[in-house]
Amino acid sequence: MVPLVGVHGRRIARHRLVLTTFLLVADRSTFAERAMEYAPQLYSTALRMTRNAADAEDLVQETIMRGYRSFDTFAEGTNLRAWLYRILTNAFINRYRAKQRRPTETDLADVEDLYLYKRVSTMENAASSLSAEDQFLDLFTDEEVKSAVEGLPDTFKLPVILADVEGFAYKEIAEMLDIPVGTVMSRLHRGRKAMQKELYEYAKARGLVDTPGNSD
Amino acid sequence: MANCKETLNELEPYIDGELSDDAKAHIHGHLDGCVDCQQAFEFHLELKAAIRRKVNNDELPNGLLMRLESCLKEDFDGDGNVGVPSDR
Repeated sequence: MVPLVGVHGRRIARHRLVLTTFLLVADRSTFAERAMEYAPQLYSTALRMTRNAADAEDLVQETIMRGYRSFDTFAEGTNLRAWLYRILTNAFINRYRAKQRRPTETDLADVEDLYLYKRVSTMENAASSLSAEDQFLDLFTDEEVKSAVEGLPDTFKLPVILADVEGFAYKEIAEMLDIPVGTVMSRLHRGRKAMQKELYEYAKARGLVDTPGNSD
Repeated sequence: MANCKETLNELEPYIDGELSDDAKAHIHGHLDGCVDCQQAFEFHLELKAAIRRKVNNDELPNGLLMRLESCLKEDFDGDGNVGVPSDR
């Protein structure tokens, strides 16, 4: 067991500070405390995954409890947030995807590359109504973006949430989902395009897209 | 110097921070002289930031917070350890 050195020392190397943070987790109650800091994030993700508040709550509870119980397997020096997300992801897959073992890649229509970007010019009239501080993407409401993410098939939704919302690295996502990095990249690519198309459909439905003949 | 097609192929690994310094320098070399690609890269960086901002803001229900805290503090099965029974 490595002693907890240098906690109060003045001249601690940066790497040791980081190491100390992880070693502290070795204490169960500290684990609970630190894991709880991630509860809001885990809940947001669970809500996107399940699209249902009650299911999301159950999933978060299962994640925290599983983490707490299998805490012995938490390797010192690894990233606690990534570890918890791996448990969350697995809990979700086990609960809701048990019956469909084989992810269907074909249930997502192929969408042109740079789909939304290529259509920005068709939304210029709407964008011109934004105040100077607002970015173009603020044309979309939080609810629209959430719904575009949630609407993706699970196979694509999980990589998109883990990369776009949670900012995990490809390698971390590959480990969480137990798929190769190349598969993470291709699913992200297709999932993102599908999401962009959905956002554009929302914009159309709200009349934000200039129809031909309507524009000058 | 990379062309537009090669550069756009690296758009996603770029915005995801997955490229090596060398590969990034290569991309920047192209972007410096190509406004079209530069705009595409900026758009997708902003898109990723916007998704993160707009999607990650659900409030943790109070009930859940309390449920979690009580699970972590109570010794449900009387085995001397807090938390739910380990054989559940």
